[in-house]
Amino acid sequence: MKSKIASLFTFWRVVGGLIVISGLYYTYIRFTQGIGAVSNLSDVSPWGLWIGFDILCGVGLAAGGFTICAITHIFNIERFKPLTRPAILTAFLGYVLVVVALLIDLGKPWNIWHAIIMWNPRSVMFEVAWCVMLYTTVLFLEFSPVIVERFNLQKLQSILKKIAVPVMILGVLLSTLHQSSLGSLFLIVPQKMHPLWYTPMLPVYFYMTAIATGFAMVVFESYLSSRAFGKELELPLLSTCGLISVSTLGIYFVIKMTELALSGNISYIFAGDFLANMFLAEMLVGVIIPGAILLSKHRRRNRTYLYTGIIFVITGFLMNRMNVGVTSISVYTGTNYFPAVGEVAITLMIVVFGMMAFKFAVKNFPVFSADH
Amino acid sequence: MATQYGLLFDVTECVGCGECYTACKVKNGLKEPKEDFLTDHLSQHTYTVLEDHDGNYIRRMCMHCADPACASVCPIAAIVKTPEGPVVYDGDKCMGCRYCMQACPHHIPRYEWHSNTPVIHKCTMCYDRVKNGEQTACAEACPTGATLFGTLDELKTEAKKRIAENPDKYYPEVYGMTEAGGTNVLILSPVSFDQLGLASNLPKTALPQLTQQALDKIPAVVGAGSVFLTGMYWLTKRKNQISKEKNHAEGDLK
Ligand code: SF4
Ligand code: SF4
Ligand code: SF4
Repeated sequence: MKSKIASLFTFWRVVGGLIVISGLYYTYIRFTQGIGAVSNLSDVSPWGLWIGFDILCGVGLAAGGFTICAITHIFNIERFKPLTRPAILTAFLGYVLVVVALLIDLGKPWNIWHAIIMWNPRSVMFEVAWCVMLYTTVLFLEFSPVIVERFNLQKLQSILKKIAVPVMILGVLLSTLHQSSLGSLFLIVPQKMHPLWYTPMLPVYFYMTAIATGFAMVVFESYLSSRAFGKELELPLLSTCGLISVSTLGIYFVIKMTELALSGNISYIFAGDFLANMFLAEMLVGVIIPGAILLSKHRRRNRTYLYTGIIFVITGFLMNRMNVGVTSISVYTGTNYFPAVGEVAITLMIVVFGMMAFKFAVKNFPVFSADH
Repeated sequence: MATQYGLLFDVTECVGCGECYTACKVKNGLKEPKEDFLTDHLSQHTYTVLEDHDGNYIRRMCMHCADPACASVCPIAAIVKTPEGPVVYDGDKCMGCRYCMQACPHHIPRYEWHSNTPVIHKCTMCYDRVKNGEQTACAEACPTGATLFGTLDELKTEAKKRIAENPDKYYPEVYGMTEAGGTNVLILSPVSFDQLGLASNLPKTALPQLTQQALDKIPAVVGAGSVFLTGMYWLTKRKNQISKEKNHAEGDLK
């Protein structure tokens, strides 16, 4: 039995290793022969998988960081405290990886600092750039007590304690701006995006779905760590997170459908074409199925149901971001972009990096400990 | 404000000679001019092309929007609308996010996909020439006057005049008067604009306004948000304290 687990473990290590090797290979090509050499990006589809998945999904999956901080340190709901560290850790890692992805996606990444001195406040991308810079710093500050604790630096510890609350408040504000601004990025393309997704409400929807996904991610991380290290958070807490997640999605669903009905675009849902089906799938997987599972208290208190429901929430979220960022535009404008092997390889590599970093941190720092 | 310049392209006067195409290649030192220029496309080597739509020739080029989406979205203002009208780009500033390409309603900016130091390419309305009071290279090269350079006001008047004088000859609208808030390149056509492959589903308002409506809410969100969060922090903390004290007190009684 034991050797079976060990061999399974090695199997995933080999897979991870292969993914990293192929990712590094394509990264090398990207930086020696240009973005066009490894991707299907082109003049007709300037944004693709890297923006849709690595950036939009990456930032959204990191939303657990600010939702949990708000609950534990601003609303002072004590019983959620054990969730704080894992949530902040994933958020921090998420943001670091988003920056890595950005450095690969940007044509001239060494000019990224220009956003600090060359301002264009009319640009949502400018807002996004500042949010990424500031919030990554804030996340580092939020996680630093864990590092400081590990190395027993008393003095730093007391300083960090003093600034903790303002830092948390700043973090929540920055996240609010950042999560919503990723939706605002697409407000400028009303004629390019399918009406099932394009709406002036995009920033609000991005924010709401990010909150829901943030809570789902906390549950998911607990699941991962329970499998890898046997460390897990208590079930009642996790099922409350599940409930908050699907309730938020429920409100989102009602607003979204009402808006579609009012704008008269609701008929597109039943058009039967590819995009209509994508929309239906997104709603089914991301809202309706997890809602059906997790709104029942009985099922929520059952690990298998809880984790299944949560995985639906996360999958639906990924579908939503990919639909907004890529599919709703490329299919609607007829460019029919599909990611190239190189794009997928680099994306997978970044995901593997994220998992490795998470594992390293959980192993070496007091992340899943109850006493803080 | 400085006088704004622009171009008027009259489809009915274009003979499809391709002089504008060649002049632009020469002026901008662009590679790979095609013998068969009608088959060329906009690219990093080509800032303007002629397209044949059932015998009607239409030029594709940057429209130099009045309030350009490309300039509004550029995080570092590498693209700007000059006071004279041309929309110009600075490759040294650019970080390559390609938001300008995504945002442009006329699908104009092109990228160097196979370079390690890629930059954006598009028509500049020959800003170096216009700044010095000269007309653009393509307008100068045009033998029939189909591409006409002038001040924007003059061109608008001229375009309307042509329609009024020859209503049978023209589709009764000038492309570029209202498209996405208007452009500095105006087009007169004998047929409806979608038949020429021009973007015809654009809102009348400038696209950057759609973004601005969201950006305008930021100060309110930040203001209300910080008050709310700080307030919640004090309130809930106080509440926890009181309930703790109460527990203590009850403990004492027992
Ligand atoms: S046509 Fe496109 S590239 Fe040209 S000014 Fe307008 S938005 Fe910018
Ligand atoms: S690609 Fe360059 S010019 Fe275009 S928006 Fe990004 S930074 Fe600005
Ligand atoms: S205005 Fe200048 S850059 Fe633009 S198409 Fe004409 S010649 Fe080319």
